[in-house]
Amino acid sequence: MAIKKDYLRPIDFKTGRIDMNHGAGGRAAAQLIEELFARAFENPALRESNDGAVLPAPPPGHRLVMATDAHVISPLFFPGGDIGCLSVHGTVNDVAMMGAQPLYLAASFILEEGYPLADLKRLVDSMAAAAREAGVAIVTGDTKVVEQGKGDGVFISTTGVGWLPPGRRIAGDQARPGDVVLVSGTIGEHGVAVLSLRESLEFETAITSDTAALNGLTATMLAAVPEGSVRVLRDPTRGGLATTLNEITRQSGVGITLDEAAIPVLPQVEAACELLGLDPLYVANEGKLVAICAPEVADTLLATMREHPNGHAAARIGVVTEDPHRFVQMTTRFGGRRVVDWLSGEQLPRIC
Amino acid sequence: MSTMKYIDEFRDGEIAKALATKIRAEAQPDRRYHFMEFCGGHTHALSRYGVPALLPDNVQMVHGPGCPVCVLPIGRTDQAIGLALDHGAIVCTYGDTMRVPASGSLSMQRAKARGADIRMVYSPADALKIARANPSREVVFFAIGFETTTPPTALVIRQAAKENLPNFSVLCCHVLTPSAITHILESPEVKQWGTVPLDGFVGPAHVSILIGSAPYEGFARDYRQPVVIAGFEPLDVMQAILMLIRQVNEGRHEVENEFTRAVNRDGNLAAQKLVAEVFELRESFEWRGLGEVAHSALRIRPAFAQWDAEQRFDLAYRPVPDHKQCDCGAILRGVKRPADCKLFATVCTPENPMGSCMVSSEGACAAHYSYGRWKDIAIVAA
Repeated sequence: MAIKKDYLRPIDFKTGRIDMNHGAGGRAAAQLIEELFARAFENPALRESNDGAVLPAPPPGHRLVMATDAHVISPLFFPGGDIGCLSVHGTVNDVAMMGAQPLYLAASFILEEGYPLADLKRLVDSMAAAAREAGVAIVTGDTKVVEQGKGDGVFISTTGVGWLPPGRRIAGDQARPGDVVLVSGTIGEHGVAVLSLRESLEFETAITSDTAALNGLTATMLAAVPEGSVRVLRDPTRGGLATTLNEITRQSGVGITLDEAAIPVLPQVEAACELLGLDPLYVANEGKLVAICAPEVADTLLATMREHPNGHAAARIGVVTEDPHRFVQMTTRFGGRRVVDWLSGEQLPRIC
Repeated sequence: MSTMKYIDEFRDGEIAKALATKIRAEAQPDRRYHFMEFCGGHTHALSRYGVPALLPDNVQMVHGPGCPVCVLPIGRTDQAIGLALDHGAIVCTYGDTMRVPASGSLSMQRAKARGADIRMVYSPADALKIARANPSREVVFFAIGFETTTPPTALVIRQAAKENLPNFSVLCCHVLTPSAITHILESPEVKQWGTVPLDGFVGPAHVSILIGSAPYEGFARDYRQPVVIAGFEPLDVMQAILMLIRQVNEGRHEVENEFTRAVNRDGNLAAQKLVAEVFELRESFEWRGLGEVAHSALRIRPAFAQWDAEQRFDLAYRPVPDHKQCDCGAILRGVKRPADCKLFATVCTPENPMGSCMVSSEGACAAHYSYGRWKDIAIVAA
């Protein structure tokens, strides 16, 4: 009797759901990888379906930069993005902020039993599109399934690798008194967009997340000014601009003085923050960067940023000062002066 | 868009400069102007916009006890945590209360990490929704705040009664502004010893929309204190400071209203009626920092006992003293300033608040820590 040809019923991406088999390492798991992940992320390293990816070594003198980021956002889909593209942008940006060119990503998925496959496919497609757009390849990955109630739909952890050209050092400890602080655009959109969807917090808003890969912007910026004149690059994600600047003053042992009137904030973000009792300075961004640069290149750098689609609303917002207390201070729009401190815990709304 | 334009008018730096110039011109150098801003909302506005930097040295703002989270006594937070941990209730609360330190090094947030089902809501109506969605669970709304947050609580209690909702109740900790001001004015530090110099009050904004300006007329008359009711925008506060300076200069002690765009003499009568229908006055209530204050808080009327968590769960109140070295009490009464407290910025920080003034950004200590600390240090360095 002839052996029947292998037959696997195709995955039902319309009504199917994640079940424990998808993480059990058996045929169902292999099929999910094949029909979903490998197809969407398509690249030679992944196609070999080995336990790891073999990557080319960087050109002589270059160094490797590696960064990792776990993504646990709720809701998984939000205005302007989803956890899929966010998980690519987050790690690509971390590598880019080191001054490196991000090239490869590894991705781990923790899926909750019962999660609709149609939604998972949307997330994976969004991830693939984001990776293509950012010019990075997702070369290896892993999938685990946890029982219902033990996850939050989908968690995605990504790790990125990039190449750093010889002699470049862009780091949080490089800011010097006299340097200029630039931001690549309006702040607070991501946090407000996500908050607007949270349970029991429904308010109507036209604000979309700014989630975006910034490696194109950083490459353009770094090409426009002499090596060494860009001292620090950071993406002000959780904790917002205020937290990022406090990290920099601590690392560099300097102070920063901001000009509140110069910090770009969309009117609708400002209005939403007003309503919720939040301060946009502490609200998360996913597609913005802070650059600290030598004063003599500030104008050129700002002009370069403004020409790039991800930096068209860039602004000069402050200066680095000498301050043994490492305070971030701000001249308020009102003409007063105050400290912009670290955020303590989560930013909680005030009640009256 | 248009709303922000509207708001920006109250934050105009040019007008602020002009007001600051007037304040400097009119404040007489040999006189003292120590004004208490009662409300946490004013404390926050002063700090966030850096207003004190615009005032002359003899015009000083003293932070009052009007931060709802700061005056919430440990015993009440303990009750709320107990409802979640011991009675298995879903406890709904305003975000501000999450980090208030409670007994046994707990807080609502830490209790949540221990498995308590505590949920942050923006309005009591959300708590009602949660109760409807979880018919098999007890759902308690932890109601705190001054007169501003009281009518929404009254509304949900009335709604729960109308629906005869069996699994919803309210732990009522609503407190009243006028009795707290009287308490401060009656304290020996102000009345007999004069150790707390007070030359006037910036009266509450939102509270006064509800209760009107009339309730302050008694303080102005009996305690000879000028009162200027002000909105929460920084220009409002500066204008109120100027009006207070003028009252002091002219020896007047009247209730003036800077916030005429929202406050009238009688307040919101419909809201007052609603509150009176659902709540009655407590004989006494413990305030953190102030201790027991007579007739200073509200209780749910017996007609609504079924929705009163204290009745429903037969809760007893157990007062818990603050940390021995914590000066929150003195700070809330205006006797001390945050930097006078030994714990301030050492073991007590916004990350690890020991006292309640360090919790909310409206709290005197947290506001000073986050926005004004550089001034203390500048003084030390010089």
